[in-house]
Amino acid sequence: MIGLTHYLVVSALIFSIGLIGVLRRRNLLMLFFATEVMLNAVNIAFAAISHFYNDLTGQMFAFFIIAIAASEVAVGLGILIVLYKRYGSLDLDELESMKG
Amino acid sequence: MYETIAFYLFSALTIGLFLITVMSKNVLYAMTSLAAGMVLISGFFFILGADFLGVVQLIVYVGAIMALYSFAMMFFDATRDIKEKNTNSGLVFLLGGLSALVLVMIFAAPIHSDAVQALYPMHEGVGNAQDVGIVLFTKYLVPFEVAAVMLLVAMIAGIILAGKKMDQSLTEDASADDEILIQKDAK
Repeated sequence: MIGLTHYLVVSALIFSIGLIGVLRRRNLLMLFFATEVMLNAVNIAFAAISHFYNDLTGQMFAFFIIAIAASEVAVGLGILIVLYKRYGSLDLDELESMKG
Repeated sequence: MYETIAFYLFSALTIGLFLITVMSKNVLYAMTSLAAGMVLISGFFFILGADFLGVVQLIVYVGAIMALYSFAMMFFDATRDIKEKNTNSGLVFLLGGLSALVLVMIFAAPIHSDAVQALYPMHEGVGNAQDVGIVLFTKYLVPFEVAAVMLLVAMIAGIILAGKKMDQSLTEDASADDEILIQKDAK
C-alpha cells in the first residue's frame, strides 16, 4: 500500500534532482528548467499531504505555486531574451561582469 | 493494487525524465522531457484525488509554460549543443543531494507529527472541483486576487522585456550579428 512516506520520498528525490541541476548547470535556460523541476517536486508533496490528511490547504498552496511559477517564467524569459540580445549567449561564465 | 502500479510507474518515469532534463546537453531534449515529466506529475495528482489540481497542472504547466519556453526557444539557437565546463561534478552531486535531503527533512518533519489537524477538510460526496472552489473563493479570496494582479504584472513585464526590437531578427539579420560581435569585442 502506498502511504504518505512514499510520496514524500519521491518528492525529495525529484527535488534533489532539481537542486543538483541548479548547482551544476551553467546555462541560464537550463537553470530555469531545474527550477521548474523543484517547484513540481514541492507540488507533489503538497498534493500528497492534502490527500492523506484529508485537508484542502495543500492543494490551495499548490495552486498558488503554479501561479507563481507561471509569472516567474514570463518575467524570466523576458530577461533571458534581453540578455541574449545583449551578449549573444546565455552562459553564466560569459555573462559575468564583475571581475573579482 | 492499480494505485501501487501507477505510483511506481509514474515515479520511475518522472525521475528518469527529470534526470534527462537536468543532464541533457541539448535544450530541445531537456524541454521535451520536462514537458513529459509534468504530464506524469499531473498523473500523480489524479491518483491523489486532486482532480482540479491535475487539470490545472496540465493546462498551466504543460499548456502555457512549456509553450512560453518553446516560443522563447525561437530566440535562441536551440539546435546547438550547450557547452558547459563542469568542475567537480561529484562534489555537486554530494552537496546537492545532502542539502536537498536536509531541506526536505526540515519541511517534512512537522508534517509527520500528530499535531496536524485538517484546517479545511474535504467533504464526502462533493466533487474535488466544488470543494476547491468553495475554499478558494471564501478563505483564500485575497491571495487569489493578489495572484491575479501578480500575473498581470508579470504579463506586462514579459511584453515590455521581450517586445523591444522585436522587428530585428537575432540569427538571420547580419547587422544584429555584427552588433553582438562588436559588443563582444569591446568587452
